[in-house]
Amino acid sequence: MAKMMYRDAIRNTIFQEMQRDERVVVLGEDVVGGNGTAGGPEAIGGIWSTSTGFYDAFGPNRVIDTPISESAIMGAAGGLALAGKRPVAEIMFADFIGVCMDQLWNQIAKFRYMFGGKSVCPAVIRMPVGAGYNAAAQHSQMISQFVTNMPGIKVVMPTTPEDACGLLRQAIRDDDPVVFLEHKFLYAMSGEVNEDPDFCIPFGHARLARAGQDVTIVASGMMVRYAETAADDLAQDGIGCDVIDLRTTSPLDEEAILDSVEVTGRLVVVDEAPPRCSLATDISALVAQKAFASLKAPIEMVTPPHTPVPFARELESAYLPSPAKVAAAVRKTLEYR
Amino acid sequence: MQLNREALTRAYRQMKLIREFEERLHEEIQTGEIAGFTHLYCGQEAVAVGVCEHLTERDKIVSTHRGHGHCLAKGCDLDGMMKEIWGSQDGLCNGKGGSMHIADIDKGMLGANGIVGAGAPIAVGAAISNKIDGPDENGKLAVSIAFSGDGACNQGTTFEAMNLAVVTQAPAIFVFENNHYSEHTGVDYAVGTTRDIASRAEAFGMKVWRGDGTDFFAVYDTFREVLEYVRTPGNGPAAVEFDTERFFGHFEGDPQRYRGDGELDRLRAERDCLKIFRASVTGAKLLEDVDLDTIDTESLKAIEDAVQASRAAPRPQPENVLENVYISY
Ligand SMILES: Cc1ncc(C[n+]2csc(CCOP(=O)(O)OP(=O)(O)O)c2C)c(N)n1
Ligand SMILES: [Mg+2]
Repeated sequence: MAKMMYRDAIRNTIFQEMQRDERVVVLGEDVVGGNGTAGGPEAIGGIWSTSTGFYDAFGPNRVIDTPISESAIMGAAGGLALAGKRPVAEIMFADFIGVCMDQLWNQIAKFRYMFGGKSVCPAVIRMPVGAGYNAAAQHSQMISQFVTNMPGIKVVMPTTPEDACGLLRQAIRDDDPVVFLEHKFLYAMSGEVNEDPDFCIPFGHARLARAGQDVTIVASGMMVRYAETAADDLAQDGIGCDVIDLRTTSPLDEEAILDSVEVTGRLVVVDEAPPRCSLATDISALVAQKAFASLKAPIEMVTPPHTPVPFARELESAYLPSPAKVAAAVRKTLEYR
Repeated sequence: MQLNREALTRAYRQMKLIREFEERLHEEIQTGEIAGFTHLYCGQEAVAVGVCEHLTERDKIVSTHRGHGHCLAKGCDLDGMMKEIWGSQDGLCNGKGGSMHIADIDKGMLGANGIVGAGAPIAVGAAISNKIDGPDENGKLAVSIAFSGDGACNQGTTFEAMNLAVVTQAPAIFVFENNHYSEHTGVDYAVGTTRDIASRAEAFGMKVWRGDGTDFFAVYDTFREVLEYVRTPGNGPAAVEFDTERFFGHFEGDPQRYRGDGELDRLRAERDCLKIFRASVTGAKLLEDVDLDTIDTESLKAIEDAVQASRAAPRPQPENVLENVYISY
């Protein structure tokens, strides 16, 4: 085990996979940083520091700085994968999925199925998500709701450095396309990471981040942190919460959710996406459908409102879920009689 | 140089205001008072002003993430902009947008933009609208301008917009500000037609111009020709590439390790559009140093007042989150 930041867990995992498998290729905007300047390649080393040193170690064929051309990045990841490589593409902010949706949704996601199962597309698309930096409407969004809705795509949302490592290694080795959503707020968080070079976390297995008998809280990514804080606060008042970290939203660990709700009978879903047609509504529907008899109270959803992400500090914090909002939702389900 | 004293003074004032606006933000951002991502326009002032001094309120512009200069040059309210960047309820966008999303539709400023390459298609739409509205009593069309960087010229949206403008013969003008960097990557690496973005535009079938973006008069005179051409019904779009410099990092907080030794000092000494302007107008005895010094003092005061007003301005309230969207819950 070694203690490291989430961003380093990501960097190290890609680095190790590049060493292990020469088919692994990295591409994205400024993943090298400094190409064509006096400072030269690696002058910056990736704006999220998740690709530092790659260029020097693996060279320009396998570490590709791209122009600002998201459609070409996404499409090239698809082409590389169809041609037998294992691309790890970075879309600098998940919001820019808007620029390259076709290549993900109509192309990468559909190859294997459309081609009658005769191809694989082992592309990993990394996208930093989420608000909290006052970066406003076009640099703050959650996109799990879109990508989870796409048949053919696996969707990963790691919360801890260890999960970032194990899930990313799984993603790179997986034969299906994977969208890997890294929350910007988690990059600087530290935790212990399993150093086994083959450490993988299989998809579709949720993590029980907190255990309790009274209420089930389901969350993913940064929202798990809020749920954990809320659960710890509530524990002081003798309220026990199961906090289920989904880890992957596609495939979804239905069993973990249903098993917990069968015990607690109360569910709070926390999601950073707007409240309609989202993970929050999807999981609520799942529980209403498959654990109806266990429910003792209406399901609570903690989500932003149905608005774009606002800029000003006061507005953004009003917009976002928070530990206090999660705790209030938990209390509300408990007060229901 | 056919500009009269008043026009010269105005041009200098506009450039200086932008300069001081950005220099002050650079300082304020270090204190942590201003939230979010801020991209400063310092160094490129002659482009925004040399272009926008020709425009009327009927003409429209679409800007980029580096939008403060375009906004001020197009007539956006100084205090309203500063308050927006401060996230105040009294800001131009009520604190909803911030630095990257300043807009003032009434002034023909259709928005700064956080998405690189998003502006050009929007400008073409506005230009098609100009074409539908037809020429004014003097037989001239209103135009719509897309400001884009050297990085944005690599985006498919920019290519599609240029072609659509040619196909529709829309009075659109693509102004490429080549400051040699897109974030941390050099134009020599990222643009295949190295340092020649205009030739791309030309290949789409439009007339193009090129100019030194650090020389206000070069920009101003070049753009007069561009405008004359595009305002004439039937001519369609045009593009112009200005060679310019950015004096600060890509965004505030950028360590700029990609710069060469002494690069920034050299740019500030040799490629500063304000210094170049001053030398040229005082050399030709069109304005005196004291005239310009007075404007310098007035600009600093205007910025100081805007900052004080922004600090004192009302903050948005949580319930404001739910406003300005057709439905919210
Ligand atoms: C679609 C999209 N991709 C990437 C970015 C991140 N980004 C913001 S500005 C920028 C560089 C833009 O370069 P250029 O067009 O030359 O403008 P400059 O910053 O030099 O003014 C990048 C890559 C973005 N905002 N939007
Ligand atoms: Mg540039």
